[in-house]
Amino acid sequence: MCLAYPAKVVEIESSLATVELEGVRRRVSLMLLPETKLGDYVLVHAGFAMQIVDRRTVDEMLETFDEMNAHER
Amino acid sequence: MNVEGHIKEIKKAAAGIDRPLRLMEVCGTHTVSIFRAGIRQILPSNVALVSGPGCPVCVTDDAYIDKAIAYALEPNTIIATFGDMLKVPGSCSSLSLAQAEGADIRIVYSPLDAVDIARDNPERRVIFLAVGFETTAPTAAAAILTARSMGLKNFFALSAHKLVPPIMRALLDSDDIKVDGFLLPGHVAVVIGAEAFGFLPRDYRISGVVAGFEPEEILRALARLLRSIEELRAEVFNEYESVVREEGNRAAQSILDQVYEICDADWRGIGRIARSGLRMREEFAEFDVERVAPIEVEPSKKNAACRCGEVLRGAIEPRECPLFARVCEPLHPIGPCMVSVEGVCAAWYRYNRG
Repeated sequence: MCLAYPAKVVEIESSLATVELEGVRRRVSLMLLPETKLGDYVLVHAGFAMQIVDRRTVDEMLETFDEMNAHER
Repeated sequence: MNVEGHIKEIKKAAAGIDRPLRLMEVCGTHTVSIFRAGIRQILPSNVALVSGPGCPVCVTDDAYIDKAIAYALEPNTIIATFGDMLKVPGSCSSLSLAQAEGADIRIVYSPLDAVDIARDNPERRVIFLAVGFETTAPTAAAAILTARSMGLKNFFALSAHKLVPPIMRALLDSDDIKVDGFLLPGHVAVVIGAEAFGFLPRDYRISGVVAGFEPEEILRALARLLRSIEELRAEVFNEYESVVREEGNRAAQSILDQVYEICDADWRGIGRIARSGLRMREEFAEFDVERVAPIEVEPSKKNAACRCGEVLRGAIEPRECPLFARVCEPLHPIGPCMVSVEGVCAAWYRYNRG
């Protein structure tokens, strides 16, 4: 349940942001991370940005997701 | 350092500790990652990894599920829930069965989706099943604030959020559970901060390491934990420092605190633990379905043979339960530990049945 994924913030409109992960765009709320800036990578959980993360972390996490998907499909 | 390096460190530290050790993870995502990567199998013989109550769905009390089903069967009601709650057995039914009987139960990805459903169905009552640990609770709190600012009168939550540090304390205080160190839940720590686990060294003289979710990160955290045990130190380390701040996410903590207050909570199979859950503050009572429209359910009935409670506390392994893999399987789960993909029994069934 506490799963979270990293994504890049590509648009901000007041407390809503559009994030992108491997070409897929989603709307997430910035209510829990108001300091988010355009271009930041954020950790997303249940539709909310939870923390700003660095690019290296993002690459590592994506590797894990790819492996998990390979196992689960 | 790479995976081989961490394993070497783990072996070296374990060799220097002349006794059996039990290290506990309290996060369902860790449990799954550990099983998938086969980490238990490569640990030295004196190091056992034990799963604790880290799966929010699994620790949700039967009575809560019974109540959710009762609300779901009321007229003019929509239940909005995370998908993993659907198949969790209550006393004699599940949300999934209620759905088959015609209840309007919708799976949401975010609590805000539930707010949207309420906005789009103004004549119906929408109840969001607010479960989860500290990672998820702020998202529910933010949804309640959003519903309030939108002036919605038909959005409610049935709340059973739980807190991780109090259940860790309860385990450490109990006589039958021995834990020598904790692998700490990375995404809970994103919200509450690594510092929230300072009670481990302070009150119990044991170490904990905040860990990420990749096998390499888990091994790194285990190496750190074992080194600290070998050196007879008790500390909290943050090995997920790229994501977890010492102080956590202050904005999330503040929104959580605005909407919720700490209360006693019932943990499935474990019982009532003082100050281990969250309930909506009096100012938000109008969003609390239990206060606005209380519902009575029969006292919950449990399957006497199901030993999920002991599994959740790390007291027994799934294979010690008489139901495991015989009548209790992922497709026909008896207990919640088999229902959730993050449940310990489900992970055992899938990866460790030899």
